Amino acid sequence: MNLLEDTIAAIATPYGVGAISVIRISGPASIAITDTVFAASSQKKLAEAPSHTIHYGNIIDRNGDVLDDVLVSVFKAPHSFTGEESVEISTHGNPLICQNLLSLLTEKGARLAEPGEFTRRAYINGRLDLAQAEAVAAVISARTDASLKGARNQLDGLLSREVAALRDKLVNSASLVELELDFAEEDLEFVDKTGLTALISEIVNSLDNLLKTYRFGKVLREGINVAIVGKPNVGKSSLLNYLVKEYRAIVSEIPGTTRDIIREEVTIDGYLYIFHDTAGIRDSADVIELEGVRRSRSAIADADLILFLSDVTQGIDKSLFDELIALGDSGKIVSVINKVDIHPQHKVTGDVYISAKTGVGIADLFRILREKAVGSSVYTEKNALVSSLRHFNALSEAKNHLLNSLDSVSAHLSGEFQAVDLRRAVNSLSEVIGEVTSDDILNNIFQKFCIGK
Amino acid sequence: MNFDIIVVGGGHAGIEAACAASKMGLSVGFFSMDKYALGRLSCNPAIGGSAKGHLVKEIDALGGVMGEIADRSGIQFRLLNRSKGPAVWASRSQNDRIIYSQIALEVVERHPNITIIEKGVTGIVTEGDRVSGIVASDGSFSSANAVVLCSGTFLNGLMHTGHTQTSGGRFGEKPAIGVTESLTSLGFIAGRLKTGTPPRLNKNTIDWSQLLEQPGDENPQPFSFRTDKSNFPILPQLSCYITYTDPDVHKILEKGFADSPLFTGLIKGVGPRYCPSIEDKIVRFADKTKHQLFLEPEGLDSDLIYLNGFSSSLPADIQFEAVRKLPGLQNVEMVRPGYAVEYDYFPPHQVDSTLETKRIGGLYFAGQVNGTSGYEEAAAQGLVAGINAALKILGRGEFALKRSDAYIGVLIDDLVTKSTDEPYRMFTSRAEHRLLLRQDNAYTRLAHFGFDFGLISQEENNIFDKHKTLFYRGVSFAGSFRLPPATINPLLLEKGSSPVSSSEPLSKLCKRPDVNLVELLAFVDPNDFPEITGIIQTPDLITQIETHLKYEGYIKRQQEAIDKLGKYEDLKIPLDFDYLGLKALSTEGREKLNSVKPRSVGQASRISGVTPSDISILLVYLKR
Repeated sequence: MNLLEDTIAAIATPYGVGAISVIRISGPASIAITDTVFAASSQKKLAEAPSHTIHYGNIIDRNGDVLDDVLVSVFKAPHSFTGEESVEISTHGNPLICQNLLSLLTEKGARLAEPGEFTRRAYINGRLDLAQAEAVAAVISARTDASLKGARNQLDGLLSREVAALRDKLVNSASLVELELDFAEEDLEFVDKTGLTALISEIVNSLDNLLKTYRFGKVLREGINVAIVGKPNVGKSSLLNYLVKEYRAIVSEIPGTTRDIIREEVTIDGYLYIFHDTAGIRDSADVIELEGVRRSRSAIADADLILFLSDVTQGIDKSLFDELIALGDSGKIVSVINKVDIHPQHKVTGDVYISAKTGVGIADLFRILREKAVGSSVYTEKNALVSSLRHFNALSEAKNHLLNSLDSVSAHLSGEFQAVDLRRAVNSLSEVIGEVTSDDILNNIFQKFCIGK
Repeated sequence: MNFDIIVVGGGHAGIEAACAASKMGLSVGFFSMDKYALGRLSCNPAIGGSAKGHLVKEIDALGGVMGEIADRSGIQFRLLNRSKGPAVWASRSQNDRIIYSQIALEVVERHPNITIIEKGVTGIVTEGDRVSGIVASDGSFSSANAVVLCSGTFLNGLMHTGHTQTSGGRFGEKPAIGVTESLTSLGFIAGRLKTGTPPRLNKNTIDWSQLLEQPGDENPQPFSFRTDKSNFPILPQLSCYITYTDPDVHKILEKGFADSPLFTGLIKGVGPRYCPSIEDKIVRFADKTKHQLFLEPEGLDSDLIYLNGFSSSLPADIQFEAVRKLPGLQNVEMVRPGYAVEYDYFPPHQVDSTLETKRIGGLYFAGQVNGTSGYEEAAAQGLVAGINAALKILGRGEFALKRSDAYIGVLIDDLVTKSTDEPYRMFTSRAEHRLLLRQDNAYTRLAHFGFDFGLISQEENNIFDKHKTLFYRGVSFAGSFRLPPATINPLLLEKGSSPVSSSEPLSKLCKRPDVNLVELLAFVDPNDFPEITGIIQTPDLITQIETHLKYEGYIKRQQEAIDKLGKYEDLKIPLDFDYLGLKALSTEGREKLNSVKPRSVGQASRISGVTPSDISILLVYLKR
């Protein structure tokens, strides 16, 4: 099996009827294969066409009939998405045309692409680094505007660039430590403990800031999971109904019996919220209800936020609230007082006051939910964003290694101790950008310091 | 003439190769143009230093001879990096250049079956893909089953001072012509490197009162375990002196830039970044107003002073004018100007971890011919090449040290996997296992190899074995013997270390930076623990145990990092693996893998240009 020797093809646009559909072909024979089925109106062969040109003509099927008139874009290696010879054929948006064209192409020697294979080839050919390759998947599966922007900026290499910059700083700090170990005899100024601590702490801070974006990144990718909890008749269903009616619901699952969790996905201000309407959380003798209780509890445990709904006319059920706290993190709970339209002059204390009937206070509710979920710091598209667990783990490891090295510095241990953890941190950062070069530190020393008696 | 092994070149690599092969019972034809120039210190009159001291200790532990020669010719000994931890402590000596070569000759002649032949070599002779011998400068052929090429800077050596070019590998000595051509005709790729040496000064014309003295250690320690410590140092000891350049000196040197072979492109070879010429330093670090220079004595009876840090290929009159501007050197006589030397090497991806060339069986490369710089790096390779050449002839397998075994393992692995396009020098930072690879445990790490090959005697090995047994006994004792707070707290408080609340083992207490094992052992009554009396009486052993304990946690962390990066060290790749047929590899990765032919997936992953996805693809194919 020659992974990169063969030519792959796939329909690049979603299945269904649209204005146009695009079929993408990549691999050494992509242009030659297309030439066998494409008759350009210019009479010229694509093989002679320069890169990044578009050609109009007909696709001719195996009987010599015209299948469709199409536009063909030619990308020559290495200046294509995959880094290989590539062709994109824009057909009219009919699934039948696409299927026929695809089978025509496979007859002529192309192979159907596996999922993610174009991206994998781009990575293998060095067109994308690891973080970017992961971002491609995120761009494709993004379900909200904000999510798309986040993935887009990772694809543009923002995270890679920022991590690379931190890594350079770290290589510099490690060089200062190594310099003293390998070149103690040289007439050089060596870094002192305070200077080194400052350098490392600065990198730790930057890592902290990056790590904080992870929560946000996760929210962008996966949405904010919100469990709605409250006694019967406090207005849980009315709230959900209001949200579904007022805002665009993307997926609405079919509500089952009362023991099922009702799930609604709603996009508000570019953020995806997944609301889970829970049944009771109190123990019950009824087997069916007990199953509902189990599901509710697990929904609460998995939730990013818990929306604790109370009826302003009844006040807060203190014992239910305490049980909720016992189930999870009290920081996740937002106490919402409903039905303020009935009783505006209330004395019940909550985080936010709403009416699921009139919509009063709903905007405040979402502001609070958003702040709780992503923090009050405003994410702008210019910031790098950590959105994959792999990156989060690697960056956390890097931070821990740096904290270890700071311990060694403050314990007055000499450079070779500090170096162990500094190097581990360099490696962890390299994992994010997918490149490891063991000579970096020495090269940096040679470049920046006058070495050599 | 007929030999088991022919060694070409009498430098540090050649000496080790010849002596090792002889001890392994083989006959050696040792070709060197001048037997009185054996082991000549062409550049610094010094052995060891950071990471290089480690190499000398490792050579000694394997049964090599460099440590002994350095000890017997040493006129100053220092342990560098004393203020840091033991992993980076490094021994360094100044040596008498004349005596070094005399002792080298004596050591070589002490070995049986070595025939020194004072002829140059002009060609390597092969039969098919195996070496069969060499042709000497007089046209005579000598045959051998193995040839170790240690040609130093002599292959097409060309020396530069200003516009003056002189053919030769070293001042006053002829170059070696013909060998490069005979190898390139066999398909080897040759490259060109450059190195340099500073001017030599007359010590009687220097005003020493203006210079800063740098004496040796008060209690000098030898390199070799064979050297009798009770009668050390052997020779009288001398100091080095320090002076500095200044902007005036730099201005004079700049006048010569127009005539510099380095800047005008006359020199094509690549020089080392860590050992630049003085003109390079001035250009590259223009903001530095002064550069430190060391005046090193060339020997007890020698009038020559080596001006370390002032390596140059500028015209001689410019060098002279600049030197005279230096403090203390106003009236100095410059006996010889510095010069740069260009020479041929063979980028070392062409050798295997045994230092045998991949192209020609039985042909080994060691030293500068592999692109390294430094006496110690050369000696280490000479030893490994000599041992391997002998093992192969004897049908006894091969000897390849791992990166976790020794600096020598790091050195050769770096050469083989990364090749090099500048003279390669060892640094401690090249060793990811740095905390493990120390001078103090070199014998524990390596002596058993030397014994297996017959380079270390039974008697010597018994000493190491006993030392090793005591070491492990000491480590386990320190782990189990606990001191209660009442006993230990007074000492801890006195040292400004926080007191303990429950009894703690010695192993834990001695991890504190301000506590040492000797103080802790003072609390142990040897009468109660007779098994450790042998330890208490051996200070070296206590140091080694203490170092082990202090580094323990860090070594573990270091190991985790290494494991994470190199899970594939033991996953072997056959030498005849067909990379070119593996189209899934990246183009660069495929070419690099094909030219390096790594031994293991671990080695493959260190080759620059080989991507993580290449490695995954390789793994897929190897698992089939």
